[in-house]
Amino acid sequence: MQITSQDFKRVSSLKLADPKLQKAMGNAKGKLVVTRAKSILELDNFEEIREAAARIRDFGMQYMDVLLEEWERNATAAGTIVHWVESPAEVNAKVIEIARRHKVRKIIKSKSMLGEETDLNHALEQAGLDVRETDLGEYIIQQSGETPSHIIAPAVHKSKDDVADLFAEKHRRRRLTDIAALTHEAREILRPHFLDADMGISGANFIVAETGSTMIVTNEGNGRMTTTMPRVHVAITGIEKIIPTLEDVSMILRLLTRSATGQSISNYLSFTTGPKRDADKDGPAEFHVIIVDAGRTKVLGSDMREALRCIRCGACMNHCPVYQNIGGHAYGWVYPGPIGSILTPAYVGLENAIDLPNAATLCNQCGVVCPVKIPLPDLMRRLREKQVERGLRPWRERAGLRMWAWAATRPGIYALLARIGARIGRLAGGRTGLLKKLPPGASGWTDGRDFPAPTGQTFRDLYAKRTDAGRGGRA
Amino acid sequence: MNARENILKRIRAANGKQGGATTQEREAIVARLRAHTRGPLPSMNWDPLPRFKERCIVMMSTVDQVDSRTQLPQAIAKYLRENSLPVRGICWPEFADLGWAAAGLEFEARPSGGDDKVGVTGAFCAIAENGTLMLLSGEHTHATTSLLPETHIAVVPASRVVRAMEDGWDLLRNERGDMPRQVNFVSGPSRTADIEMTLVMGVHGPFRVHVIVVDQ
Repeated sequence: MQITSQDFKRVSSLKLADPKLQKAMGNAKGKLVVTRAKSILELDNFEEIREAAARIRDFGMQYMDVLLEEWERNATAAGTIVHWVESPAEVNAKVIEIARRHKVRKIIKSKSMLGEETDLNHALEQAGLDVRETDLGEYIIQQSGETPSHIIAPAVHKSKDDVADLFAEKHRRRRLTDIAALTHEAREILRPHFLDADMGISGANFIVAETGSTMIVTNEGNGRMTTTMPRVHVAITGIEKIIPTLEDVSMILRLLTRSATGQSISNYLSFTTGPKRDADKDGPAEFHVIIVDAGRTKVLGSDMREALRCIRCGACMNHCPVYQNIGGHAYGWVYPGPIGSILTPAYVGLENAIDLPNAATLCNQCGVVCPVKIPLPDLMRRLREKQVERGLRPWRERAGLRMWAWAATRPGIYALLARIGARIGRLAGGRTGLLKKLPPGASGWTDGRDFPAPTGQTFRDLYAKRTDAGRGGRA
Repeated sequence: MNARENILKRIRAANGKQGGATTQEREAIVARLRAHTRGPLPSMNWDPLPRFKERCIVMMSTVDQVDSRTQLPQAIAKYLRENSLPVRGICWPEFADLGWAAAGLEFEARPSGGDDKVGVTGAFCAIAENGTLMLLSGEHTHATTSLLPETHIAVVPASRVVRAMEDGWDLLRNERGDMPRQVNFVSGPSRTADIEMTLVMGVHGPFRVHVIVVDQ
């Protein structure tokens, strides 16, 4: 996916001023936070499971090579054709190669965030293939030519009226306004495609080493269709999705769906192991799994490693006061919110996503709700340090900090400058004692409010007086 | 094979184990995979059958219970008529011998072609924790029967209701050994909340799931 994270500040300002988006985000925030909180209460040992889940994810990373080899051995034994690829471009090339070999014309696709990373749909269309997203949210996004704004609810930024206009235009049907009617219209439109598509493409929530399975978590049924109806099924998955056993997956699923949508369980949990068996009456004749690095090993060997624990529930963004107000598009790449502020710099380069680690108040709400205990604020803080170390911050900020450091290490000069500053501030404050506009560099602060002017005395002056008085009092 | 070796090499380097896992480590990992150790489970202070029925309703399935298998056609006919649903459809071969005609129903034992309105399946087992059906794909257990029709009716013997997903895996290992092509855990009808976070039933899969527990 094309990265536009450089525009974070500009786009987030636009989003804050967009009343339609503000309405949609307000609606989502209320629902997602409350439903998660309620469903967590069903587990009387939530923290214990959370701790165990974090350990399983770490185990998966520590022994990733062995677990992937075991996974491959078991998958191959079940008849799965396994491919390993290193870069996003190679993912697309491999899918196209498989499609060409099978003379595929129409593809149905269930959700894959990795597919968003590699811009798979675009590549398939350029190769002359007809590809249709089938998750309702993804379908809406594809039809409107947008990108997802949330990893679980991709069309959360759109209103029902937006969808009504879009469907009326694209489906050339009477404009419906009822949400259930719109949903059922999408069902009707997509059903024939499920039945006559040649290839299905899915992602994987997890891959299970013990059995060589891939598994997906869905609510709509499109994931089951995609993995069952077409004659060829291709699953694409990152190497970090590896989980040792079915028991481990079962445990993590108790956290995943509750953290994501507040459901005790998703409607469909589908574990796929190999293609159709000889006697089976349904299922694809060929099942391919593409195992993808695309930057994962780089993160594995870095101090951002814990981010690979992520199970893509979206709880961090649902609970983030920044995400809640600007939505996902401002983040400018595949993953928004706190986890996106770490994964985006990790996968596309810190220099291309300079504002993201700073788009947080470090309130740690994300860290508290993360079901696999990723220390999100710590990782963001580390990225901020890296920005400074690598000289990536804007020159004004760097120059300003250098000047401040020069003065701050010279107490006499610092005291003098502070005194001058305080006097000027008092004069500028005039009778109201308020500054209407701060000097360039800090002027944003006074865009919507006044700044209380200094009273003429510096902190040092006040502190000196206080300690003198204190000493006098006790003596 | 090159990409495979490169990726594995980078994983090992990232983990500071350029030489790869030792034989001992590898054996320990494989042993862990075979041990099927369960993680911490939430408290399950309930009887599986009542819990299963209760959770089915929470997941928006409907539930009925009959004494024996022979009562199924009558129970299904009653459900379909009460809900003004078509009285014909498809079923898994294990139900081909039921007295469908006597109950005024027409059910064929074949996979779904996409136009069938009602599908009757059994279940490998059912899971009480969340009101879930565990379905295995197979020669006689067509995956499409529980997916393409608008109404899915699932027959669950009371003796096959287990507590947790982990119990389902144990049953599968003991009774089948290998994984089938697909294992589907189904908890209620298909749904979405992708438009304005408003819940709608029946997106691509069934609009309704009706579970009939058979006591036997």
